[in-house]
Amino acid sequence: MSMRSQVLVEHHGVATGKEMTTWQTLRRGVELSPELRKGIWVTVLLAVLSTLGRVLVPFVVQRITDNGLLAEGGPDTQVVAVYIGIALVGVAVTAVSAYFVNIRLFRSSENGLATLRLRAFRHIHDLAMLTQNTERRGSLVSRVTSDVDTISMFVQFGGLMLLINLAQISLATVLMVVYSPLLALVVWLCFVPLFVIIRKFQGIVGRAYTKVRERVGDMLGAISEAVVGAQAIRAYGVEDRTAERIDAAVEAHRKAAIGAQARSVVAFTSGQLVSGLTTAVVLVVGTVLAAGGSLTLGELLAFLFLVNLFTQPVQQATEILNEMQNAVAGWRRVIGIIDTPADVSDPGDAGVTLPRGPITVQFNEVGFAYPGGAPVLHDIDLTIAPRSRVAIVGETGSGKSTLAKLLTRLMDSSSGHVLLDGVDLRTIRFSSLRSRVVLVPQEGFLFDGTLLDNLRFGRPEASEQDVRLTLTELGLDPWVATLPLGLATAVGQRGESLSAGERQLVALARAYLADPDLLVLDEATSAVDPSTEVRIQRALDSLTRGRTSIAIAHRLSTAQAADEVIVVDAGRIVERGHHTELVRLGGVYSKLHESWVAQQQAV
Amino acid sequence: MNVPPTSTLREGRAVIARGIKGQPRWFALAVVGSVVYGVMTSLTAAAIGFVVERAVAPAIAAGHVTASQLWFIGGVMAAVVLTTIVGVIGRRIAGGVAMFNLGAMYRRQVTRQYLRLPLSWHHRHPSGQLLSNANADVEATWNIFAPLPMALGVVVMLVFGIVQMVIVDPWLALVGLTVFPMLFLANVAFQRAMSPRVTRAQQLRADVSEVAHESFEAALVVKSLGREDHEAERFRVVTHELRDANIEVGRTRGRFDPAIEAIPTIGTLAVLFVGTLRVSSGQLTAGQVVQVAYLFSILAFPVRALGWVLAELPRAVVGWKRVSAVLDATGSMTFGDRSLPSGAASHLQAERLAYAYEIESETGEPDLNPAVVDVTLDVAPGATVAIVGPTGSGKSTLTNLVMRLVDPDSGAVLVDDVDLREVRRGGVSDVAALVAQQTFMFDDTVRGNITLGAERDDESVWRALDVAQGAGFVGRLPDGLETHVGERGASLSGGQRQRIALARAVIREPQLLILDDATSAVDPSVEQAILARLREASSGTTVLVVAYRMATILLADEVVYMEGGRVVDHGSHDALLGRCLGYERLVTAYAREAAEREAIAAAEEHDEHGRGADAAEEVSR
Repeated sequence: MSMRSQVLVEHHGVATGKEMTTWQTLRRGVELSPELRKGIWVTVLLAVLSTLGRVLVPFVVQRITDNGLLAEGGPDTQVVAVYIGIALVGVAVTAVSAYFVNIRLFRSSENGLATLRLRAFRHIHDLAMLTQNTERRGSLVSRVTSDVDTISMFVQFGGLMLLINLAQISLATVLMVVYSPLLALVVWLCFVPLFVIIRKFQGIVGRAYTKVRERVGDMLGAISEAVVGAQAIRAYGVEDRTAERIDAAVEAHRKAAIGAQARSVVAFTSGQLVSGLTTAVVLVVGTVLAAGGSLTLGELLAFLFLVNLFTQPVQQATEILNEMQNAVAGWRRVIGIIDTPADVSDPGDAGVTLPRGPITVQFNEVGFAYPGGAPVLHDIDLTIAPRSRVAIVGETGSGKSTLAKLLTRLMDSSSGHVLLDGVDLRTIRFSSLRSRVVLVPQEGFLFDGTLLDNLRFGRPEASEQDVRLTLTELGLDPWVATLPLGLATAVGQRGESLSAGERQLVALARAYLADPDLLVLDEATSAVDPSTEVRIQRALDSLTRGRTSIAIAHRLSTAQAADEVIVVDAGRIVERGHHTELVRLGGVYSKLHESWVAQQQAV
Repeated sequence: MNVPPTSTLREGRAVIARGIKGQPRWFALAVVGSVVYGVMTSLTAAAIGFVVERAVAPAIAAGHVTASQLWFIGGVMAAVVLTTIVGVIGRRIAGGVAMFNLGAMYRRQVTRQYLRLPLSWHHRHPSGQLLSNANADVEATWNIFAPLPMALGVVVMLVFGIVQMVIVDPWLALVGLTVFPMLFLANVAFQRAMSPRVTRAQQLRADVSEVAHESFEAALVVKSLGREDHEAERFRVVTHELRDANIEVGRTRGRFDPAIEAIPTIGTLAVLFVGTLRVSSGQLTAGQVVQVAYLFSILAFPVRALGWVLAELPRAVVGWKRVSAVLDATGSMTFGDRSLPSGAASHLQAERLAYAYEIESETGEPDLNPAVVDVTLDVAPGATVAIVGPTGSGKSTLTNLVMRLVDPDSGAVLVDDVDLREVRRGGVSDVAALVAQQTFMFDDTVRGNITLGAERDDESVWRALDVAQGAGFVGRLPDGLETHVGERGASLSGGQRQRIALARAVIREPQLLILDDATSAVDPSVEQAILARLREASSGTTVLVVAYRMATILLADEVVYMEGGRVVDHGSHDALLGRCLGYERLVTAYAREAAEREAIAAAEEHDEHGRGADAAEEVSR
C-alpha cells in the first residue's frame, strides 16, 4: 500500500469496529435494528412457555417411572395415563408456542437486518470519496451481503436458543436444589472452570472469525481481478500468475476458516467434557452421600437425570456463544462502516438551498493536502464569473483535478473556503448542490441497462423526447442512429458493449440532461475522436451560455474555446487570462501550447 | 411445488457423492469420529447402569463406600466421556477440514474457468453474479458437509440403539420404531416445502449482491449526480424481496420444526404407555421399560441431525447448479501447438476479418451487431501502421482480434504467416503486447504491475518506465517500485495508470506492439516524449497504433482509416489527406477549430480594443 493510501486508511479509512467489545457490538447492533427489540418480550414469554413444555416432558417421564411404573404393588396404569396426558399437553403447548416464536423471530430479525442493510448501503454512498477509495469494492459489498447474512443466522437460531437455554438452566437449577442442595452446589462448582474457559475462548474464537471475514474480502478482491481484468489477463497471457494469486487468497481463507473451526471445536468440546465429568463427579459424590444414608438410590438416579437437563443447555449455549462470535465479527464490520463519519457530510435541513441560475464560483485562500500527505494546492484565490466558460490546464499532477473535486465537494478543502454565489459550499444542502453542480469524470461508469436508462440516470423524470432533444443539441443523434437499437441498445456490464469514447459521450449527455447550472468536465472527452470532440465543444459553447462551465483538459482545443484559461502549476495558479494573451505571455501556458501545436504541426 | 422431492434427493445425493470423492480421507475420518460419538452416546445409559449395578448399589447397600469403588465409578464414567469427546473432536475438525477443502477446491476450479473461458463469455455474465458463484454458491454447496458426518454417525447410533431395544423387548422396540418412518416422512415433506423457497432466497441473495456491486462501482457517478436516494431505493427493492423470501423460509421452518421436534417425545410416551401395560401383564420388568425410554430420550435430539441434512439439501443442490453452470461452460478458445517465430519484427496480416457482438433485440431475441466488417490489413515487419477512425468505428475490436482476445466470425489473422488459431496457448502474448484504451491495474506493487511476475532486474523496469515517461512519478512514490497501487490502481491518476500500462508492454520487448489510444490521459508534452522514446525503443517492432492525434499519426508509415467497421481507405497520411474527406475532417479538426477561434478572437480583440478606447475617452472627460 502506498504511503498515501496507508495514511488514508489511518485518517480517513473505514472503522473496523475491532475495538468494540462483544457486548457493545450487540447493543449497538440492536440500536441500529430497532425491529429486533420490538415485541421481544412477547417472544421471550412464548419462548419460556415452550421451554416449560420441553422441561415438563422429561420431568413427567421421570415421574411416570417413579410413581407409575415403579409404584409399590405393581405399575399404576391410571397414574401413567394421567401423566402421559399432562405430557401431551406440554408437547402441544411447546409446539404451538415454538411455532409463534419461530415466526416472530424470523419476521423481526429479517426486518431488522433489512434496515441494517439499507442503512449501511446508504451510508457507504454518503461516505466521502476518499473514504470510499480506501476500501475494496468487494469488501464494501460484503458488508451489505455476507456480513449481514452471518448475523441473521445467529439472530434466528442462536439468539432464541440462548434465551431458551438460559431459562432451562435456571429451571434445572431450581429443581436440582429441591432434590439435593449439596449436589446442586457440586454441579455448579464443576461448571465454574467452564465459565472461565468460555470467557477466555470468546476472545480467541472472536479474533479467529474476524480474520476469516477479512480473508473473505481478500479472496473476493483476488477473484474479481479474474473477472474485471479478463481482457488484460488474456492480452498478457498471465492466466497462470493470476491463478496463483487467487489460489494464495483462497488458501489463506481456507487456513483461516479451518483455524477458526478448530478453535471453536475446542471451545465447544470443553463444554461437553465438563458436562460428562460433572455426571461422573455427581455419581461419585452421590454414592458417598447415599452410602452415608442422606440420599436414596432412586433420588440419586433422579438427580442424574436433572444433571442431564442442566448440562444439555449449557453445552448448547457454549456452542451458540461460539457462533455468536462469528455473527459479532460480521456485525462489527457492518457497524464499523455505519459509524465511520461521513467527513464530507450533507448539512441536510439546516443547509442552504440555492436558487437556480448561473453560478459564481469563489476560492478563498484554499489549500488542500491528502491526509498525511504534502499539500497539493496552496492558497488558491479565484473567482469565476457566472456564465463564463473556464478551462483549467496544467501538467499531470499539478492539482487541476483536485480543484474540480473541491468545487463539486467530493472532497473538502484543508484550509480556506469554496463559495458558490457567496455561500460556503459546506453549508449548501446536497440536494441543492448536486442538482446545480455536476461533475463529468474521465471514466464515467455506465449501468447495465439500456442507453435510455443511462442517459436518464441524473433526471429519471425526463421524457424520451427530452433525451432525444439533448442528443440533438449535443450533435450526438447521428451516433445514436448507428447503434443497432438506438436508445434501446443495452450497454452491457459497466457499459462494456460500448467503446471507451462512446461511454464518455453517454456520460456527458447524461450530465447535460441533468441540467446543472455549473458543469465541471474533468477530461470528459479524452477518448473521443477529434471531430466529435470539436463538435461537442461547439455545441457546449452555444448551450452553456446560460450556465457556468469549467473544463479540465490537456487537449488545448478546449482552452482555446474558453473565455478564460487558468493555468495550474505545482498547486498554484500561475497564469490566467484568455488563450491568446497567455500564448503571448511566454510562460507555462505558452510551453504547453507549443507542444500541443507541435502535435498538430503537419496541418 | 415446482421442484419434485425425488429429484432434489437424487441431485443432493450426487452432490454429496461428488464431495466425498473430493475429500475421501477427511470425510472418512469425520465419519469414524461421528460413529465413535454415536456408539458412545448410546452406551452412556448402559455405562450408568453398569456402574450402578457394580459399585453404587453395593456401596449403598453396605452403608459405606471404598476408595476403589469411587475410582471405579469415576474411571468408567470418565473413560466414556473422554472417548465421546475424541469422537466429537474428530468429527467436527475433520468435517470442517473436508468442507473448507472442498470449498477451496471448487473455488480454484471455478476461477480457473473464469481465466480459461473466452472474453465473449465474460461479456455475457454480470461480474456480481460471477463473484457470487465463486463465493456464496460454492459455500452453499459444501455447507452440507458440516452436518453430514454427524447425520451418518446418527444412523449408526440409531442402529445401535435399535439393536439394544430389540434385545430388551421386540414389541416395545416396534412401538418405538414407528416413530422413525414418521420422522423421515415429516423431514421429506419439510425438505419438499423448503426447496423452492430456499432456491428463491439464494437467487435473491445474488441479486442483492449484484445491485450492491454495481452501485458501489458507480459510487463516483452516483455522488456527482446526487442519485444516492435513487440507488438506495433500487437496493431497497431487492433487499425487501430477499427479506420477504427469508421470512417465507422462516414460516415454513416454523411450521415443520415444532412437529419434527415433538415426534420423538410422543414416541417416548408411547413406549412408556405400552411398556406399563406390558409390565402390568407381567411380560416385562419396570427396569427394562425405563432403559428403552431412556435410550429413546437420548436418541431423540441427535436424530434431528438427519433433518438438518435434509434441510440443507435444497441449498446445496441450488448452489451446485449455479457452480456447475460455470464449470460446464463451453465455447472456450481452441489452441494449436505452433509457436510464432521470435527474434525479428512480426509480419501482421488480416484477411477479410469480420466480427459481430451478440446483443438482444427489442423482442429479446439474440441478434448480431457487426463491429468489424471485411477488414484486410498487411503490416510489413518493422512498420508502424496507424488505425484512425471516429468513435465507435471498430478500432478497439480490431485490436482485440489482432491480439486474439476474440476470434473473428470469418476471416483470419496471420502473424508471420501463421494463423493465430493454430498458435499454442500463450503463444500470441509471447511476441505481441497490447496496451488497451482502458488500463487494468492489479492490486499489486508498481513492479508487479509492470513485470507481471516475470523475473526482471530493477534496471530493466526503470528503463521501461523511462520510455513510458513514468520514471519521474514512480521515483517520487514513497516506496518507489514497491509501492502498492491499490485495487484497480485506485491510488494513481488515470495518466499514471496509462504510463505503467505502457511500461508493462515495453519491458516485454514485443515484436508486435498494439497501442489502443494508449496515451489519452496524459499531457501533450508527456505524450510527445513517450512517442519519441517509443520510436527509439521500438526499432525492431511492428507497431499497430489506434490514434486520433497528428503527432501519433505522423509516426506511422501507413494510415488505415475506418468507418462503421470497414476500412474506407489506406495509404500515407499525405495521400489520405488529399483523397479521403472523412479522414481529413477527423485529423484536422483541432487545427481548423484553432484557426477559426483565432480569427474570431482577433476580430473580438479588435472590437474590444475599440471599446476600451471609448471607455478611456469617457474617463478622461
